[in-house]
Amino acid sequence: MKLFMTTAVSALTVLGGTAAMADIKLGASVSASGPAAFLGDPEAKTIEMMVDQINEEGGINGEKIDLVLYDDGGDPNKARTFATRLVEDDEVVAIIGGSTTGTTMSILSVAEDAEVPFISLAGAIQIIDPVHKWVFKTPHTDRMACEKIFSDMQKKGITKIGMISGTDGFGASMQAQCKDVAPKYAIEILSDETYGPQDADMTPQLTKIRNTQGVQAILNPGFGQGPAIVTRNKAQLGIDLPLYESHGVASDGFIELAGAAAAEGVRLPGTALLVASILPESDPQKPVVTAYKAAYEAKYGETVSTFGGYAHDAVDLMSHAMKTGGNDPAAIRDALEATQGYVGTTGIYSFSPEDHLGLDLSAFKMLEIHDGGWTLID
Amino acid sequence: MDALLQFLLSGVTVGAVYALVALGFTIIYNASDVVNFAQGEFVMLGGMITVFTYQAGLPLPLAAVLAIAITSLVGVALNKLALEPARGAPVVSLIIITIGASIFIRGAAQLIFDKQLHRFPSFSGDQPIHILGATLVPQSLWVIGGAVLVFIGLWLFFTKTLTGKAVLATANNRLAAQLVGINTGWIMTLSFALSAAIGALAGVLVTPITLVGYDVGVGLALKGFAAAMLGGMGNPKGALVGGIALGLLEALTAGYLSSQYKDAVAFIVILAVLFVMPQGLFGKSTTERV
Amino acid sequence: MKLSSKWVQLAALAVLVAVLPLFFPSGYYYRVGALIFVNGLAVTGLVILIGYAGQISLGHAGFAGIGGYACALAPEHLGLPPSLSILLGAAISALLAVLIGKPILRLRGYYLAVATLGFGILVSMVLTNERALTGGPDGMAVQGLALRKILRGWGWRLSSGEFWYVMSALAMLLGVWIALNLFQSATGRAMRALHGSEVAARTVGIDVARLKLQAFVISAVYASVSGSLLALQNKFVTPDIAGFMHSIELVTMAVLGGVGSVVGAVTGGAILTLLPQVLTVFAEYEQLVLGLVMILVMIFLPRGLLPSIAAKMKGRGE
Repeated sequence: MKLFMTTAVSALTVLGGTAAMADIKLGASVSASGPAAFLGDPEAKTIEMMVDQINEEGGINGEKIDLVLYDDGGDPNKARTFATRLVEDDEVVAIIGGSTTGTTMSILSVAEDAEVPFISLAGAIQIIDPVHKWVFKTPHTDRMACEKIFSDMQKKGITKIGMISGTDGFGASMQAQCKDVAPKYAIEILSDETYGPQDADMTPQLTKIRNTQGVQAILNPGFGQGPAIVTRNKAQLGIDLPLYESHGVASDGFIELAGAAAAEGVRLPGTALLVASILPESDPQKPVVTAYKAAYEAKYGETVSTFGGYAHDAVDLMSHAMKTGGNDPAAIRDALEATQGYVGTTGIYSFSPEDHLGLDLSAFKMLEIHDGGWTLID
Repeated sequence: MDALLQFLLSGVTVGAVYALVALGFTIIYNASDVVNFAQGEFVMLGGMITVFTYQAGLPLPLAAVLAIAITSLVGVALNKLALEPARGAPVVSLIIITIGASIFIRGAAQLIFDKQLHRFPSFSGDQPIHILGATLVPQSLWVIGGAVLVFIGLWLFFTKTLTGKAVLATANNRLAAQLVGINTGWIMTLSFALSAAIGALAGVLVTPITLVGYDVGVGLALKGFAAAMLGGMGNPKGALVGGIALGLLEALTAGYLSSQYKDAVAFIVILAVLFVMPQGLFGKSTTERV
Repeated sequence: MKLSSKWVQLAALAVLVAVLPLFFPSGYYYRVGALIFVNGLAVTGLVILIGYAGQISLGHAGFAGIGGYACALAPEHLGLPPSLSILLGAAISALLAVLIGKPILRLRGYYLAVATLGFGILVSMVLTNERALTGGPDGMAVQGLALRKILRGWGWRLSSGEFWYVMSALAMLLGVWIALNLFQSATGRAMRALHGSEVAARTVGIDVARLKLQAFVISAVYASVSGSLLALQNKFVTPDIAGFMHSIELVTMAVLGGVGSVVGAVTGGAILTLLPQVLTVFAEYEQLVLGLVMILVMIFLPRGLLPSIAAKMKGRGE
């Protein structure tokens, strides 16, 4: 409701043409509804909240940010239409959004054509590799998640694994990246299974993995209900192998859905946001994640998620760039690319002309679920 | 061997979920010749209302009963407000109406509840039951038992009770049914209430296994519809057999062929069956009225 | 009377398409216009299938997917220019429609619905699962049409939005013209007889199976071309294009506007394309409104928006 009100107000100002010319127009298109809603919903809420905060604190160099936010429902076709609308009709100077890789790729070509800076909230590596001049992104790539998981496996001496992935965009993309990068860590994938995003039971796939000789651990790239069901099914079958989940389920909700007993010992790469309270005081991310978590949870009455954190970092990065770039898309882009050592909830970003993600593996923290809560492994 | 048994147990569990959804389709279809594509939303409502009333502090059984009652009312409202006024419309229009209703209910659910996934505790704990090296969670027995009980109930209803026969008579010829003194309006209300209640019951039973969110209805309705058509629409036996068969097909394909194409195999089999038996496995053939 | 009505309908659409841009405040409206025309093309195909021949399909997005991915894959793997890829996609769709149409068109009503639905799901599943070829659920990039560059060489500098507005409009007008001609032809009349009653049509010597198949194949080609145009202008395609929801969307457009009339169905396409754009302010309520519109139109205007309104106005005039 709150979301609707603020969107309505900003849309009305657009229609009425009363927006002061000096205002800086920021566009956003996220998947607040539809199958990717659990990505887009916290993202939309975060973007709204952050823009309100910035404006309450006096805006960017005294100018208010005028947010135009659309809900593309996870449909790439709609995302392209909204991106066109943002650029051509709303005449925004920058875009944030693209909750999924599909919607991001649709917005990407519009932003490139119109020469408007765009920060994507999706995971796939092809968004920033090869580098597109106007496109940046805040989440880790799924390839980095694979690498983080595999390096942890390496430390534990695991070399042969079974993989069970969701067939949705997130799962399939990470599955491909993990298979690609596995040899680098001397990891052999002996069994490669999948499940549909709405499947109710994965015991057949897990039974196959269990019956594959030599499997030492199970990796489950996916998000949504799939990983929770995989975790429960693994406990049901009594499979006594370490289970690795992806950053796609890095939220308290996962533990609740899978059940603390079944989720005991599950490891996954997550961001500092999840473990805000147990971060050491010396951690540079501590103040950022604590502040965001407190503000979000106070405003919306639900726990923060990693995905909202991506949006937090995107808005923050963009507003910093706007301080130097003002109302000029090209200047904002240049300022973004010059960002060095910005501390966000996801990690510490340093962009360069060759790197429009600006994060390294250190931004990921290996977490383990213990007694229904998170513990830091390294 | 224990692998095969595990695949079978998985298939029967998932199949029972599909069967419960498919059984919900049969009553409305029998009473009005409408395939209600909003049936999946009844399942969603059953799960979601239980989740939220349970979180509000109600004991689980009471929350479940409340969810089933509220969903029945939604079913009756669907008939009164959307289908009754469109009586006699062609199949395409009825499909659009029920899909419209399904989109409407989903839209309302995401406003009233939220967009997160939810779950409530299993009825009899999560300690798996071991059978010859394979395992089953107790909740699966609830789901399978629920499907079988609903099937028996419906079968008795349609063959042994006067009301059940009145439902069939209404579907066959509404005017004739009225002439022999059947209150067809009441029969329709009853049918929609029952269908919605069965859907909601399915939602209550399966949520501890499948989890529930505002948008789970579409997927369930699709599978349930496919199962019902496989078995022959309108026949409770068809719904039960079709559901279990679909579940087994998926589990065995995932186990022995490819988990990636298990849904594909299921649909190929449905296409093949309809090719040989255009009315499904247990459907009655009908002649077109000129 | 009949003859003039065809030209009146076509001319009205053409004038509308040509005049509208005069009122466009920004380039974004060209994009929306192009989407309306692309949907209008697919929907016109469904008018032939549902409105003329009385058959239903809940899987036509599958053909749109084939058309879309033909334009993504053929230039990359076969070296075919995108323009010819549209034809290749249409040919594959037609062939597939013949192959699956033969067995499944024997089915009626809901059984036909589930069979076509199954077909659509199979197509989207292949597109999703064959990651090495199709890029999987994340989709793949599509090359642009060379024509726009050629036009630029001739001094016509059209923006992407303007170019696709024109291309989509031409494709839709061509599709509408063919559909209107078919309506008046002997085949079209036979199809409508079949719609009235299959048994009656058979007794007067109409080859029912052949006619149904013809309608199915023609509508598949329409859907395929519309999918191609969509992929080309989006420069990107994902399996969503072949998804169940897209199939439903197309049928809803056709039925909402009036499946018995080409112009009506195109109007339905326009309304459903515009709805989410108009409702952005009420994004939270979009689904609620969409569901309500579907129900209300079917109850109060059972023949679809345009034909029902036209009938009412005629009734008042008499």
